[in-house]
Amino acid sequence: MRLALLADLHANREATTACLTRLRKLGFDQAVLLGDLVGYGAEPGWAIDTVHRMVEDGAFAVQGNHDEAVVKGSTEQMHEQARAAIDWTRNQLDTAQLAFLAALPLTVEDEDRLYVHANAWAPAGWGYISTPAAAARSLAATPARITFCGHVHEPALYHSRPGGAAGYFKPRAGFPTPVASSRRWLALPGSVGQPRDGNPAACCALLDTGKATLTFLRVPYDHDASAAHIRAAGLPESFAARLLAGS
Amino acid sequence: MPVRLHQGMAIDGFELLGPLHEGGMATLWRVRHPAHPGELLMKLPRVGYGETATQIVGFEVERMILPALTGPHVPRFVASGDFEDQPWLVMEHLPGETLRPLLDTAPLPPDRVAALGALAATAIHSLHAQHVIHLDIKPSNLLLKPDGSIALLDFGLSHHAHMPDLLAEQFRVPIGTAPYIAPEQVLGVRNDPRSDLFALGVTLYHLATGERPFGNPTSNAGLRRRLYQDPVPPRAIRPGIPRWLQELILRCVEIDPEARHPTAAQLAHSLQNPEQVPLTERADRRHRSGRWQRLKRRWQSAGREYDTTRRPADQLHHAPLIMVAIDVKHDDHELSDALRTAVQRVITSFPHARLACVTVMRQPRIGMETNIDVEGRNRHVRRLLALRDWARPLTLDDDANNSSPLTVHVLEHSDPAQALLDYARHNRVDHMVMGARGITGVRRLLGSVSARVVAEAPCTVTVVRAAHADHAALPAGNAEPLEPDSLAPQPGSLLDVDRAGADDA
Repeated sequence: MRLALLADLHANREATTACLTRLRKLGFDQAVLLGDLVGYGAEPGWAIDTVHRMVEDGAFAVQGNHDEAVVKGSTEQMHEQARAAIDWTRNQLDTAQLAFLAALPLTVEDEDRLYVHANAWAPAGWGYISTPAAAARSLAATPARITFCGHVHEPALYHSRPGGAAGYFKPRAGFPTPVASSRRWLALPGSVGQPRDGNPAACCALLDTGKATLTFLRVPYDHDASAAHIRAAGLPESFAARLLAGS
Repeated sequence: MPVRLHQGMAIDGFELLGPLHEGGMATLWRVRHPAHPGELLMKLPRVGYGETATQIVGFEVERMILPALTGPHVPRFVASGDFEDQPWLVMEHLPGETLRPLLDTAPLPPDRVAALGALAATAIHSLHAQHVIHLDIKPSNLLLKPDGSIALLDFGLSHHAHMPDLLAEQFRVPIGTAPYIAPEQVLGVRNDPRSDLFALGVTLYHLATGERPFGNPTSNAGLRRRLYQDPVPPRAIRPGIPRWLQELILRCVEIDPEARHPTAAQLAHSLQNPEQVPLTERADRRHRSGRWQRLKRRWQSAGREYDTTRRPADQLHHAPLIMVAIDVKHDDHELSDALRTAVQRVITSFPHARLACVTVMRQPRIGMETNIDVEGRNRHVRRLLALRDWARPLTLDDDANNSSPLTVHVLEHSDPAQALLDYARHNRVDHMVMGARGITGVRRLLGSVSARVVAEAPCTVTVVRAAHADHAALPAGNAEPLEPDSLAPQPGSLLDVDRAGADDA
């Protein structure tokens, strides 16, 4: 079976469309959306409707921290820009769209795989997996053989080791990386809608369970158009600028 | 509880025919499968109690890397899986014998050692080009096949640049085979392709002298001696070994990877062209270095640093083998200068590049005269001199370690394009530079050499045109250029056809 993995769409229509086009061309049986459908980007309604249709067709989707924040509304503790973005996003959505976000589960387990937005040790706490030690903590918190997460916006592959931190590997795009069945893995496909590793191309990944390979993909898309939509919507300029720099 | 294997048993459709080998790390069985024709081999690691973690991880590593490898220098991957708790891996059962038994008959004649070395280096280069470093090169992992080529076996300690390195992160101890392990491997470095050249050097040393250059250390302290101790020069053991072979072997086992050959392809090329190996102090060395020198190295080794982010193919890209094809018979100064400029540009951008200047001497297909031998030799020598003369103005990076990076070759063939293509293929040339001659009626009918080379070469080809003043004027009545060489857009410009990767795709 071939699984398409998409994390952190962040309401970026151009990036999402480009990734889905590439993944459909490569072929997949099931899609998995790893949270944060909205936030930052200018097309939250489109993103939710698209994912909603995919879920009706059998895709899995989990909730991210931005999705949760939009459902609950902004709070006084939030950063000013974040609050503005969440309020703006909330105003763009109708009741059905908000209800769809609210109903998303925090985790999905399927066969030997776990899908969760942030981590396995406290899915609702939104702690980041940005170090091998954090990866080891997440791997220790689940029996799943492969965990897929979003949240960090940078592609990474960790593998379990006896004791101590997990092994870290910086994936090479387009190359099928073997994920041996004798190991446990934690994979972060990177962000579709807001990559932060210095490369503006959108990130997604394809798992082939038969061949036991995971292919990380980089998909160039019209980020100028996405940035223009963000500016036109009156969202903070920094949200547009970071798409161009991939930062 | 490990599975008990027996003849006739079937594992995922593979019928076990008979055990081949009970190794320390794994068991090998001959197997067959109706869907997979040919001789097959199943490898099953030992998984019981008391097995070391390295060998289990080593099996995982091989299972990851083997399916990604292709070509004549590796066994073809067939299938893998798990039978209850017993993992297995099926690959092509290559015919032939490893170089291991040759150690018992060593010393071998120097020519034989060089020939085996060139075959092994060619196989190693093919692996490096696929982003893999073997890291356990030794006679028992070098298989001499009946077709005369060498294949590499056992990728359990290998490193793939684009895959997670399960061994690097799991073990903070040196991983390798004690007599062959390179100094940087002793320090845990697993991403330098030149580690394979060191291990090949140890193998060649043993085959040439009958002795191990560094013994067979069993302790960590013994292994660390590799960071500062050099071996007894081969000629001190066997004076019959030629100086060029000592030069090449000692360069392989240099402590600093930077002092070794930059690539396996360059080593193979040197082993095949002994008369052109530039001799340095290594060729005449008669003793291992003195106590003071060793002590100095020991101090230096304490602070040595390695670039852990480098990937195997980087090294290959920094040290390409450049070939320039020159027609020494046609006196075209403009083209000759343009070629030199183009070549200079290429070698200047790669400080470790090596340049092979090649010309083809046409040999008639039939009608050999009796006195042609002497005459032929004279023609041959004249061309060698002409090549050297052509190359003289070039500025080549001539540092002490890398010695002279220039060689000259006269090929004899009835078909010049074929001769150039064969040379490029056989020597794993990375980039060929050649000239396109003017437009003449005869060549329009016969097709040009450069067009054919561009179409069929396994490497990048740059076709150079001279900027003749009258170049643009085509022969009368030829409004439409039919020449394949007219691909070059402007006189004096270069046509780059990048076919890199065509070989290892």
